[in-house]
Amino acid sequence: MTTPVLDVRGLAFAYPDGHQALFGVDLHVHRGERVALLGPNGAGKTTLVLHLNGILEAGAGSVSVSGMPVVRENHLEVRRRVGIVFQDPDDQLFMPTVRDDVAFGPANLGLRGEALEARIAKALEAVAMGEFADRAPHHLSFGQRRRVAIASVLAMEPEILVLDEPSSNLDPTSRRELGELIQSLDVTVLMVTHDLPFALQLCERSVILSDGVVAADGPTRAILDDVGLLRAHRLELPWGFTG
Amino acid sequence: MGAGLGSHLHIEGDSLVHRLPAHVKLVALVSFILLVVALPREAHLARVAMLLTALAVVGLTRVRWRHVLARLVVETPFVVFALVLPFVATGPTREVGPFTVSHDGVAASIVLLLTATTSCLMAIAFATTTSSRDLVRALQHLHVPDRLVQILAFMVRYLGVVGSQSQRMKVARESRGFAPRSLGGWPVIASSAGALFIRSYERGERVHLAMMSRGYDGRMPVTDPLEADRRDWARGLAPTVLALLALVWVHAA
Repeated sequence: MTTPVLDVRGLAFAYPDGHQALFGVDLHVHRGERVALLGPNGAGKTTLVLHLNGILEAGAGSVSVSGMPVVRENHLEVRRRVGIVFQDPDDQLFMPTVRDDVAFGPANLGLRGEALEARIAKALEAVAMGEFADRAPHHLSFGQRRRVAIASVLAMEPEILVLDEPSSNLDPTSRRELGELIQSLDVTVLMVTHDLPFALQLCERSVILSDGVVAADGPTRAILDDVGLLRAHRLELPWGFTG
Repeated sequence: MGAGLGSHLHIEGDSLVHRLPAHVKLVALVSFILLVVALPREAHLARVAMLLTALAVVGLTRVRWRHVLARLVVETPFVVFALVLPFVATGPTREVGPFTVSHDGVAASIVLLLTATTSCLMAIAFATTTSSRDLVRALQHLHVPDRLVQILAFMVRYLGVVGSQSQRMKVARESRGFAPRSLGGWPVIASSAGALFIRSYERGERVHLAMMSRGYDGRMPVTDPLEADRRDWARGLAPTVLALLALVWVHAA
């Protein structure tokens, strides 16, 4: 068996105020997989995501990325390998122009000059936003900003792309375009979402996180067909999708 | 380009002033204004020459005078003060028509008007030809402490975001029948301001997380350094040199 891109073992975490969010999470994601991370609000999904690149430190258990343990000494390399796209693009895009924003990550990795330019061009091309390089982020539509946010992470050439609620607040066309974009990327994906049809469309495998533990892990189709399982974890398909 | 604040001030163009590197312009602006302020009180001729210099620089930007005049509104407080000065200053007085004005007050008023107009015109020439992104790069290049530069850059980026959030909260208040007519409405406005502060603070934390996730180590990377050759400096500092000559000439005379 090859080394998983993401290897989470027995991960537990409590916030400083005593609230425990994770109670021993086990999760493995292999190269080329697209995995949906499902779960109700407050299940610990965001807490788990923030452990994947060392923003939060494990209380117990471990996280490794392609065999590299997520510890303080490895933070920069881990943050290159794990690209997190946050839910609100306004949180992610903070530089005055799209180009500067996409340059931020690779520049922190030490890239300059032509190598940096090439990275920026490639990342913007991948999300079809090449012609917007000199625009200010707040002059773009919401869907365009989300695509630029993805480019800003792709520019670091991550081994795994972690998307937090990628389809939220998008109109149906932008949602479809984003789906096609994610399918076109040659990268491992972990997608946190409540949008079950979107998960079915993009991810062959789904994991349900509920009350800080993995409650189910299997093919997306099988998980979505198990109405009892979904209901037990406050998940349900939209009206008209059942039966 | 331009962002938030900048998009109202900055005007795209390809004039000589637009093409000068931003840090050259910033050094030129600050040094010119300091020298103009340093001119002695009675040097009216030199002061008029500096006003003409500023007008010439604004002319070189090829920005429409309509825009420049609209922006000169920032000078209004100085103009009001200059108009009041002759009536409130003490010392010898004289009659002008029906009014009694202070001799020193009139002189001070002229100095204030000329200096303020010259400085404002130069500042407008700078602001209209420099995007907010270039202003940030210039400050970075001139080794202004990184924290201050970052605060400025984030303000430029997020002013619009916070502004539209505040607007949405206002619409939500008014949609529930709130009308800020009396003093009684103030606590509502105050708690909205508090909520806006908390939300901005939380956004700040989320932005910080997003920055850390992309390898931020406390310093903003300089990806596109500004460059200036001797000719840029010579062109940019020409008004400063004129101001310096005027100062030397006034002191020699």
